[in-house]
Amino acid sequence: MNHIEKQLSAAPRNLLYVAVISMMVAALFVWSLTAVNVQNIGQGGLSIAKNILYGLTHPNMDMLLNFSKQSILYLLLETIAIAFLGTIVGAILAIPLAFLAASNIMPKPVSWLTRLLLIVIRTVPALVYGLMFIRVTGTGAFAGVLTVGLTSIGMLAKLYVDAIEELDTRVLESMTSVGCTTFEKIRFGIVPQLFSIFLSVIIYRFDMNMREASILGLVGAGGIGAPLIFAMRGYKWDEVGAILIGLVILILLIEFMSNYLRAKLVRGE
Amino acid sequence: MLNKLFPPKKITLPNGKIVLQNRSFIPYIVLFLVLCTLLSANFTGFSFKVLIDRIDEFFIIVKAMIPPNWGYISKVWKPLLDTIKMSLLGSLLGALLALPIAVAAASNITKSKVITVVSKTLLSILRTLPTLVTALIATFIFGLGPTAGAVAILLFTVSYVGKLLYEQIETVDMGAFEAMQSIGMTRIQAFRYAVIPQVLPSYISTSLYCFEGNVRYAAILGYVGAGGIGLLIQEGLGWRDYQAVGLLILVLIITVYIIERVSEHFRKKLI
Repeated sequence: MNHIEKQLSAAPRNLLYVAVISMMVAALFVWSLTAVNVQNIGQGGLSIAKNILYGLTHPNMDMLLNFSKQSILYLLLETIAIAFLGTIVGAILAIPLAFLAASNIMPKPVSWLTRLLLIVIRTVPALVYGLMFIRVTGTGAFAGVLTVGLTSIGMLAKLYVDAIEELDTRVLESMTSVGCTTFEKIRFGIVPQLFSIFLSVIIYRFDMNMREASILGLVGAGGIGAPLIFAMRGYKWDEVGAILIGLVILILLIEFMSNYLRAKLVRGE
Repeated sequence: MLNKLFPPKKITLPNGKIVLQNRSFIPYIVLFLVLCTLLSANFTGFSFKVLIDRIDEFFIIVKAMIPPNWGYISKVWKPLLDTIKMSLLGSLLGALLALPIAVAAASNITKSKVITVVSKTLLSILRTLPTLVTALIATFIFGLGPTAGAVAILLFTVSYVGKLLYEQIETVDMGAFEAMQSIGMTRIQAFRYAVIPQVLPSYISTSLYCFEGNVRYAAILGYVGAGGIGLLIQEGLGWRDYQAVGLLILVLIITVYIIERVSEHFRKKLI
């Protein structure tokens, strides 16, 4: 037996483990198949699919290119405003929560409770918040801003916490040893370590919030979602096409910019 | 170019040497952000007065949800299971479907530039469509019910797993691939034995992570009629039956938490 064969036979054999897991996945798959029902895709579905494709390829250019209050450009601008302001609100509110949830700063029960709160905030679907905020502010973009802000808190705080828990505390010790005050320690010891990570997380979340804001219109919380759903319910596929094309281009642009900015932040320029 | 517009500050050191310090753009960036914030606040009608006056309405609803209506739970099981089935099916099929598309999009495996660009564009466009919108379109084609939800989740999973997978494949160590080709294996064999072992753990881990997120998404898809627990949430909010909504949210949180824990266990094992 030469060296290579020895190495081969020494490799761990977890065939049984893999087989059991695969069987479990297969069983889950079969179980989940019981949810779908393909009988009712009839002729109707196919012709609708054809109409949708036709609408997407022949968008209503008129809507796409003018500047009135119902135009797509105006609605997209409103969607951006909702996402932007929501991100800012969420980013600010998440900072104290993140420090409360960091287990290296706070006592254990406090950080555990805050984490539980964050999980709850994160799991409640955005549309539920949307409907609740509509009771507060009435329909419109303001409800959207509050919803986006609240839903952002969950993820932002979680990612902030990861950054805070990785803080290099040796810097703070050495600053104490040269006689810095608490304020100086925070300003020159903690802020530079966290700032770029926080900023990168916020930019990433803004990118996600664009998508979030574009669906909030479904419950009447402003943005482009409402005209989209009206056009769909009315089978006006050319309008749907125009709205979707505008939305896709905008989200791609923002994603491109967000990737560029975050790459710059990571390189530390 | 920016340095020409804003010339760097010159500092003369005590020994007479001149060093240049680049101007900081932070004041301008902050000014720009504040301006954007004010504009958007104006545009969306943000007002602290309304917020302070009426925020208690929000907490009234939250209070109305507690205690949850436990009698409602017998009605919750089926939609809840539907939600899980929908996301499971969509994630599984989506992850499988993502594999060929990711291979087609990886520029180090697929030599034809046209195919890679087309696949990458397809993945980006799929990713930008909000899941709720795809679900709504799917309900028109597949009828109301979990099938439409599963299709929407499938499309999202393809785009998400596909993107992360092709990025993985592109950064793979190609030495083993070339060595295997040089001893006479076909490209497919070389891919199977050189690339797949390198990307498999992260592929499975990404798929599991995507599944976690999909359970959350699936919960709202019922809102547009795509099956699952979302329909009940919509009904509960519409009829102002907040105790039922409280129970639904509680059940959802517990389910998501359990699924997250299980998936985290397996993901830790993979890495």
